[in-house]
Amino acid sequence: MEILVASAIGAMMAAAIYLILRLRTFAVILGMTMMTYAINAFLFVSGRLVVNRPPILQGSGEAVDVTMYTDPIPQALVLTAIVIGFGMTAVVVMMSLGAFIEGGDDHINMPQDDREMPPLKTVEDTKKIEEETA
Amino acid sequence: MSPVLIAMLPFIGALLPGLLIRSGRDVAATACGTTTFLALLGLVLHTPAILNGEVITAHIEWLPLIQLNANFRIDGLSLLFGILILGIGLLIIIFARFYLSRQDPIGKFYTYLMLFQGAMMGIVLSDNILLLLIFWELTSLSSFLLIGYWRHLPAGRQGARMALTVTGMGGLAMIAGMLILGNIAGSYDISGILQAKEAIQASPYYLPALILILIGAFTKSAQFPFHFWLPHAMAAPTPVSAYLHSATMVKAGLFLMARLWPVLSGTPEWFWIVSVTGLITMLVGAFIALFKDDLKAVLAFSTVSHLGLVTMLLGFGTEAAAIAAMFHIINHATFKAALFMTAGIIDHEAGTRSIARLGGLRKLMPITFAIGTIAALSMAGIPPLNGFISKEMMLYETTHVEHARQAFMVIATIAALFSVGYSFRLIFQVFFGPVRNDYPHKPHDPGFGMWFGPGLLVVLVILIGLFPNTMAGWLVDASATATTGVAQHAHLSLWHGMNAAVIMSIIATIGGAMLVIQHRPLLAAWNAAPRPEAKSIFDAAVLFLVRGARAITDNLNTGSMPRALAAFTLATIFCGALAWFSGHPGPADRPMLPIYPVPFINWLLILTATACMVTFHRIRVLALILISIVGLMTSAFFAYFSAPDLALTQASVEVVTVVLLLLALNFLPKRTAVETPVVRRSWDAFIATLGGVAFGALTYVILRGDFTLPSISGYMLENSYKGGGGTNVVNVILVDFRGYDTFGEITVLGIAALAIFALTQTLLQGNSSKRLRNWKHTQSRAGDRHPLMLVIITRVLLPISLVVGLYIFLRGHNLPGGGFVAGLVVSIALVMQYMASGYAWAQERRYIPYHVLIGAGVVAAGVTGIGAWFVAKPFLTSAFGYVKLPFLEKFELATAMGFDLGVFLCVVGAVMLMLNSLSRIARHAGSTVNRKPMDIDLSDEQSKGAH
Repeated sequence: MEILVASAIGAMMAAAIYLILRLRTFAVILGMTMMTYAINAFLFVSGRLVVNRPPILQGSGEAVDVTMYTDPIPQALVLTAIVIGFGMTAVVVMMSLGAFIEGGDDHINMPQDDREMPPLKTVEDTKKIEEETA
Repeated sequence: MSPVLIAMLPFIGALLPGLLIRSGRDVAATACGTTTFLALLGLVLHTPAILNGEVITAHIEWLPLIQLNANFRIDGLSLLFGILILGIGLLIIIFARFYLSRQDPIGKFYTYLMLFQGAMMGIVLSDNILLLLIFWELTSLSSFLLIGYWRHLPAGRQGARMALTVTGMGGLAMIAGMLILGNIAGSYDISGILQAKEAIQASPYYLPALILILIGAFTKSAQFPFHFWLPHAMAAPTPVSAYLHSATMVKAGLFLMARLWPVLSGTPEWFWIVSVTGLITMLVGAFIALFKDDLKAVLAFSTVSHLGLVTMLLGFGTEAAAIAAMFHIINHATFKAALFMTAGIIDHEAGTRSIARLGGLRKLMPITFAIGTIAALSMAGIPPLNGFISKEMMLYETTHVEHARQAFMVIATIAALFSVGYSFRLIFQVFFGPVRNDYPHKPHDPGFGMWFGPGLLVVLVILIGLFPNTMAGWLVDASATATTGVAQHAHLSLWHGMNAAVIMSIIATIGGAMLVIQHRPLLAAWNAAPRPEAKSIFDAAVLFLVRGARAITDNLNTGSMPRALAAFTLATIFCGALAWFSGHPGPADRPMLPIYPVPFINWLLILTATACMVTFHRIRVLALILISIVGLMTSAFFAYFSAPDLALTQASVEVVTVVLLLLALNFLPKRTAVETPVVRRSWDAFIATLGGVAFGALTYVILRGDFTLPSISGYMLENSYKGGGGTNVVNVILVDFRGYDTFGEITVLGIAALAIFALTQTLLQGNSSKRLRNWKHTQSRAGDRHPLMLVIITRVLLPISLVVGLYIFLRGHNLPGGGFVAGLVVSIALVMQYMASGYAWAQERRYIPYHVLIGAGVVAAGVTGIGAWFVAKPFLTSAFGYVKLPFLEKFELATAMGFDLGVFLCVVGAVMLMLNSLSRIARHAGSTVNRKPMDIDLSDEQSKGAH
């Protein structure tokens, strides 16, 4: 069973990496979603694979046999990660949608004219400004 | 008054101007003045105890693990600096009220000033060097705000930036030095460090720590070669210059050297570095001051020179020199603050600070003349004023230096000579000479409010000069005792008899007077001589760094996201490989679980769906369906491996994710074109395979190995019921054991939703709004937008789903479920109404805005946590009990339920706000609004018919 789990997680990760290397936002969003699955599953299985022993205490709950239950900590961790992951996906979707509506295409790369920085003021320029204000 | 309160009062005062400025400038000034006065009173009341040799302390544990404690102390040194900071602060508050014009936002000024005052008080009252560092950085930041107060002036902005750069960098160096020092001493408390002199001076790290700390002190106190920022900071309003650059901030460096004097001084390294730096600074500052035209620039360089003087005295490392240093700090603060305010008055009334345009003010401004002249004479060191006594003491100490005595004596005399020169020059070139008729304004004496402060200081100048022991002796004794660590009794007097110091002083005075007489040719020579301009060098250095940084950024980041992500992936794989091959993994011998058919089918589905999705990702809707298969299978995977909570969450998140992506696809192109050549895709596939194999292999190794360290899960399992009152351990961890994390997480979720809402708001305005209004959908829409069957089914389902949500919520503490899942289920039920019956119909029936839900959720969770405080338990400690109501089974009520309710509300609010925002965009883009549910939209059909 361990081989199946590891290979499935690896396959999801490979697909995720391939998709985030694409040029359009939607593919990258898909890739990130895939990566969320893979990483959540990975974190979850760090508690090792246990079948039929959910961390729900049986009986009165007073005396607990620890070996009867799977590790609850990775589960708690992943539970919030799933919800936060959704929040993150939503923000990214919104950003890509905004970029598409504003810019007219859904390319992920930064356009050249966005990258251009304002020219630097040289020391002479600064001096000139100072003289003008003085 | 507790030292903590004294340090806090200015910060409280900083809040007042913002609240009170609407009531007028006077009210704001009075509020700040009152808080300052209270703090001063609280401090002064400790004087008798401190003079008896006591040290007043207060301890508050903050982060004891890293020894960062909010410890405060008041000893003689704190008393001296505290009186200077608060006393002169009070005078400056009054002066600024009359100095600033109606156009200047005075409330902001007072806020910055009080922040600065608080930071300074923090420095002098700290008994923990880490705490001191925090206040130290705060002074850099607040002085940046003060220097750049006139933000419309480029000089002000540049001066503020330069000051922040220099003092901020010095502060960084000092952090390193302090950490080393604390490490050697084994304590970060000053009281602890002061005990560890031998250990510190014997340590091989003594010299690096010393140099780093001194860089911090020298940059703050404008010592050569870091002195250049101070004159440029003169672009600040004069009250700021008078406060920061005479009495307080620049003295912080001196304070620090005095504070650490007992443990750092006394070594040859200390002597040479500190005293020589001080000597050079004293000479250079005084020399430049001779030739500056701007009144404030003269005073700035003179300040540099006097700071050098005190530094040199501290560097000598003798007790007598420390006494002289303390006395000169008092004297310099009194006459220099008075002089700065005088310069401000002249600027205010005559309209210029340029000495070349002034002269003859003696008759026009008699009060200002009297104040300015007395203060300048004290600066020159003329008897019987206080500046004379401390200058004599300084000269006397140079005759007792052990090394290079002649050099110290000669250079100190020359510096004193220059000092006399610029002081006389101020008096003669500003006040004497013929009355001119070309002043920018007609000069006259200011109102009482403006000359009150400097006048009071000048009275002190005279009184301390005449009765030094009565007026200042006690303060000098107390501060020198605290500095040296040995009880000191200074014998301050005007006349010590004829000695070398008096002769040096006479030479300086006569020479200084000669300089003023010969000033015109000297000035011409100075103007003709080439000299380095600190500002140009600084600007060039900054430009060079920015260019370098830009070059690196441009080459590393070409704006290509795939390139950056590929580099990141490869780097991660490389690091993982490095760790794998250099580490020692444990044995992989954990027995494997057998494979059963159902999980095998699950695995097959995941692999097939993943492969199909990569193959068909260009057909976007298909890819969406495929990815949701992967998501659902992941959920099944969680269910199989004993994680029912995760399975529930994953399945419900899957639904909202798909809805979200569908809403986005409404606008985004429906297909992706092939844009990259095969080679590029193969290379990407290679990286992806590499990453996937590595990740899978890592998973496999972890799965086959056992835990390296014992897990802490046992504790959680055992105490889940006993301590948290729930049998669902995952839920108890979320709402109880790690409640603080969850609290942070729901806050983050809420913020994400609000960010989306804000993004939507911007999209609905401006250019994008116009685009949206004219949006042409590429696909024809279904005529039957709200099918009858769907509407009926969702409406019938709504109450059922809400009950399911409630059920999942209530049982969450003991069985799979809880706030997260319940929130998602309820959101899905609501979203279904939007989808089936239309946005407008559903929106009309929404009674609570989703923002409110988010806020209510965070508040509910927070209030539940705070509730624990009332029974004296830490934040988020939960309590539980059992309740029996009629007709119902006995059931449990835990406070954690209130917390879970917060989680629930926040999740519902966030999810709904996110999806709602996307729908608003669609509505903006011209989707017609249905008046009734179950309408039929014929707009597409009609437009087709028209063609």
